[in-house]
Amino acid sequence: MVVALFLLLFLAHQDFWLWDDPSLVLGFIPVGLAYHALFSVACSVLWAFACFRAWPEHLELWANEKADATQIDQERPNA
Amino acid sequence: MTDLSLLASSGEIASRTPLTVLSLYLILLLGLGVISSRMFRGTSQDYFVASQSIGPFMLLMSVFGTTMTGFALVGSSGKAFSHGIGTYGLMASWSGLIHSAVFFVIGIKLWSFGKKHGYVTQIQFFRDRFDSHKLGYLLFPILVLLVIPYLLVGLISVMKVVQPITAGMFPDLFSLPDKMLPNGKSIPHPLSGGVPGWLSGLIVSCIVLFYVFFGGVRSAVWANTFQTLVFMVTGVIAFYMIADQLGGVAKAAEIVRENAPGKLVREGSIGYSHFFSYLLIPLSVGMFPHLFQHWLTAKNAKSFRLTVIAHPVCIAVVWLPCILIGIWAAGLYAAGDLRIPPLPDGSGPNANAALATMVGTLVENPLLSGLLMAGILAAIMSSLDSQFVCLGTMFTNDVLVAAAGKSRFDDQTLIFCSRAFIVFIVGVSYAMALFLQGSSVFSLGVWCFSGFAALFPLVFAAVYWKRASLGGAVGCILATVITWFYFFYQDIFLDAGSGSGEYLVAEVMPVTFIFLASASGMILGSLLSRAPSEETIRKFFPKRNQS
Repeated sequence: MVVALFLLLFLAHQDFWLWDDPSLVLGFIPVGLAYHALFSVACSVLWAFACFRAWPEHLELWANEKADATQIDQERPNA
Repeated sequence: MTDLSLLASSGEIASRTPLTVLSLYLILLLGLGVISSRMFRGTSQDYFVASQSIGPFMLLMSVFGTTMTGFALVGSSGKAFSHGIGTYGLMASWSGLIHSAVFFVIGIKLWSFGKKHGYVTQIQFFRDRFDSHKLGYLLFPILVLLVIPYLLVGLISVMKVVQPITAGMFPDLFSLPDKMLPNGKSIPHPLSGGVPGWLSGLIVSCIVLFYVFFGGVRSAVWANTFQTLVFMVTGVIAFYMIADQLGGVAKAAEIVRENAPGKLVREGSIGYSHFFSYLLIPLSVGMFPHLFQHWLTAKNAKSFRLTVIAHPVCIAVVWLPCILIGIWAAGLYAAGDLRIPPLPDGSGPNANAALATMVGTLVENPLLSGLLMAGILAAIMSSLDSQFVCLGTMFTNDVLVAAAGKSRFDDQTLIFCSRAFIVFIVGVSYAMALFLQGSSVFSLGVWCFSGFAALFPLVFAAVYWKRASLGGAVGCILATVITWFYFFYQDIFLDAGSGSGEYLVAEVMPVTFIFLASASGMILGSLLSRAPSEETIRKFFPKRNQS
């Protein structure tokens, strides 16, 4: 679902139908600019959806396991 | 409306209040550096990754502040001045989609590797992942050389912003000769009496160095948070003030419609494939070494959520006003109501100065003018600090410690070496910025981002493709270096893009071909060389039940 929405937005970015449209939205924003401003908001909605539906919980659990953790100040081998 | 040139010619000294406000802001920033340094634990881990203690809000502010540099304010308004509204779609909306995707798909993974295996720099990760110590020595100079144009973007932006806003403040100290018009008449130089670029660049460099030296990346994160809030708020104020002076947003749009209607559309300035090919540029965030370091400062993976979600809207909050101000400047300029300082060679208006000229000319309240100048510099400095810290971190960890071993250095020595390298690079960048002041901030930024974006296959394959091997990594890096230099040479030295406004190859951005070469190098190099060891696979591709 997240991937499908991503691809949809990916395609929606290419708004060729507004390329030469100089009309103004709300009396001051060129329509081509207003469209992309809304696009930015849609991106935030997509990523909010992704964070709550497809969050990689397992990565944090794995990262916090201490078994083979190498501490930051441990000397690195000069391989 | 205040005419800067008239101020300069009349012998009147322009109000120095904006400069006083800016000075107070910079003093505040220094104070913040001192306060944040009290939290500094004195260890190299704290200096380099703030002991992985940064929560969601500060992570958002520091990551966002780091990615928004002079490019986002000075470059975007300048590009909109010359190319119109399409500038937003080229960078801002693509970045909203792609940046967050990279944070989600790459950033969290790299954070987990950093947490698990104790990495401080991305080179440490690549060395381990591709099981080659020498790979770090190949990658280090390339990353440093690519960060330098990024530093230049910041420093040149500072130079371009301060001088127009302070024009007329020091008519005796920083006077410039009158300009001769083609009709033989001479007019006062619009920048006369303004703080020159060499001085503003030097002061900003020293201030950023100061607070970075105090507390390393922790100071940078604190300063970024503060500065990001400042530039977002002041950007909105600038927008309101400028619109108000023009008679409202509708009147401002009308000025553009009447005098520069081409700026309201993309037809004639940006082609379909040109527009589409910009999607590759934001991939650069996957390879920015300073962003990698910021990712590692996160307290936990969940701290990324706010950054992933809010980043696109934050970009819109900054870019939308800048684009509108840029096209309004184009309308006023075309109507003959705004005098934009010329390029050094006199070939036309310097688009980089569009934002500063609008602020300097239209914001008549000197207090607000000073606040706006502080806001613009905040955006620039919030990137410079991260880049400074990152360069020092890379030098100490990827060169010194990697070559001689950690046991040869105590924490104090490491921090000293880091600071010395930072001073060296800043000195080089400052000198280069003085010579390149006339360069387009947008173009310089795009070339820098193109290089990092072309290296994206390296990090993507390292994280997701088990078969990605050392041969592939070397192939990817070499293909990037060769093709990047080839196209850069064509554009900058042979001026291949002159006339069309931007250098395109077969109607698309050169990054398209650099990226294809880089991805091909990764795939072919990996398939033709020995696969990674089982141990490496286990280390970086844990089975799900293992995770």
